[in-house]
Amino acid sequence: MNDAEVPQEGNATLGGGHKAVYARGGDGQVRLVTSAGWQVEEIVTRQALDTLAAQAEAARSRVLQGLSAPLEYHMYRSRMDLALLSQTTGIWRWRVRRHLRPAVFARLSARVLQRYADALGVTVDALREVAP
Amino acid sequence: MPAFQHRHASHCESGVMAALVTHAGLPMSEPMAFGLASALAFAFIPIIKVGGQPLVAFRIIPRAIIRRLHSLLGLSLQAETFRVPARGAARLDALLGEGCLVGMQTSAFWLPYFPEDLRFHFNVHNVIAYGRDGEDYLLSDPVFEAPVRCPGPDLTRARFAKGLMAPKGLLYRIREAPREPRWAELLPKVIRRNCRSMLAPVPFAGAKGIRYLSRAVDRLDTGGDGAAARLFLGHLVRMQEEIGTGGAGFRFIYAAFLQEAAALAQRPALLSLADELVAIGDQWRELALASAMMIRGRQPLEPQRIAALLRIQADREETFFRTLRASV
Repeated sequence: MNDAEVPQEGNATLGGGHKAVYARGGDGQVRLVTSAGWQVEEIVTRQALDTLAAQAEAARSRVLQGLSAPLEYHMYRSRMDLALLSQTTGIWRWRVRRHLRPAVFARLSARVLQRYADALGVTVDALREVAP
Repeated sequence: MPAFQHRHASHCESGVMAALVTHAGLPMSEPMAFGLASALAFAFIPIIKVGGQPLVAFRIIPRAIIRRLHSLLGLSLQAETFRVPARGAARLDALLGEGCLVGMQTSAFWLPYFPEDLRFHFNVHNVIAYGRDGEDYLLSDPVFEAPVRCPGPDLTRARFAKGLMAPKGLLYRIREAPREPRWAELLPKVIRRNCRSMLAPVPFAGAKGIRYLSRAVDRLDTGGDGAAARLFLGHLVRMQEEIGTGGAGFRFIYAAFLQEAAALAQRPALLSLADELVAIGDQWRELALASAMMIRGRQPLEPQRIAALLRIQADREETFFRTLRASV
């Protein structure tokens, strides 16, 4: 990549920030150039974010139908999945999966709820509900 | 000791280490830190999943740049982890009170100064703490243009995030000025080490790993609306371009390193190899662009075309690293 080819079209996911990339100058030296962002990166970041948002939305409607516990919604909303939530809380994956059942979730102890709340960065009260 | 200078960098770990080593008294560029650590790599390990997708890596395992520079340069590097967050926070305060420059491992998700859209659970983001102003810590995050501030509770949370490669509050600092290494001996050694990893005789790493990935891309299921194939391609490009600079970016950094090495070790042959590596990096960018167009539906979804590009990359990188090995 020559320095004139460094993408400057902008990338909304950078929040106005700039990236440092290495590119070749006219003298043949590769050096640091500031980039306002590349459309390709925006496309793939958006795709990942949209996927997580769609999962959270699907979970929310399952919760409202009584098919799943609010924990599932909060898991996706915090950009996690089952594997990550299990690693973060140290609770085995089969237990986390079980805790996603509304009846099981309703009986969870305060301690376990607190562990989920800490991992997800929400309060225990917020964990019991989904955003309307 | 002179005042600390924030430097914008392309990749967090090489950026942090270059800044720490420079501040300790041995001026070092980011590409030099990256190259000395032989940090260019490729791995495709489908049985390890990241966010439900197979692991694709374009650089060596996190923390290895720190470790390798430590052993290579004989840095008097002191690293500490903590079981209790409060202790880790207190220790950071104590070190900053002594005027130390402290490298830290954090999770990008919990750093409030990160743009919302880039806050993913990525546990191995490296930053430098250089001071404190009331409740705020003054941080030099190499992938940001300017120094940033972070409130104490958020920083502690980021330092003690759990999960894969949990930081455990890792703090590291260099205590004494490193000696100037003997470049003419050191550089060929680290270049050979990088060639070895890119030409490793295992199916999942180096040039062979790229071929292995091409076979997986070839087999992608485009049935139905092709959502799974699009997600896989998107994941591939994200791992390539975004997570810590990416495949093409790493090739350009390594090209800059080869140019520096050519001068320091008086090996002009490395200059033309640097040009070839820039060309290879450009091909990686083409591949990312083609994938993004398919994801967006601006071009028909044909994973076989991406797979063919990957095979070309594998051949080209294999030839490149064989030539590089022969030249040192």
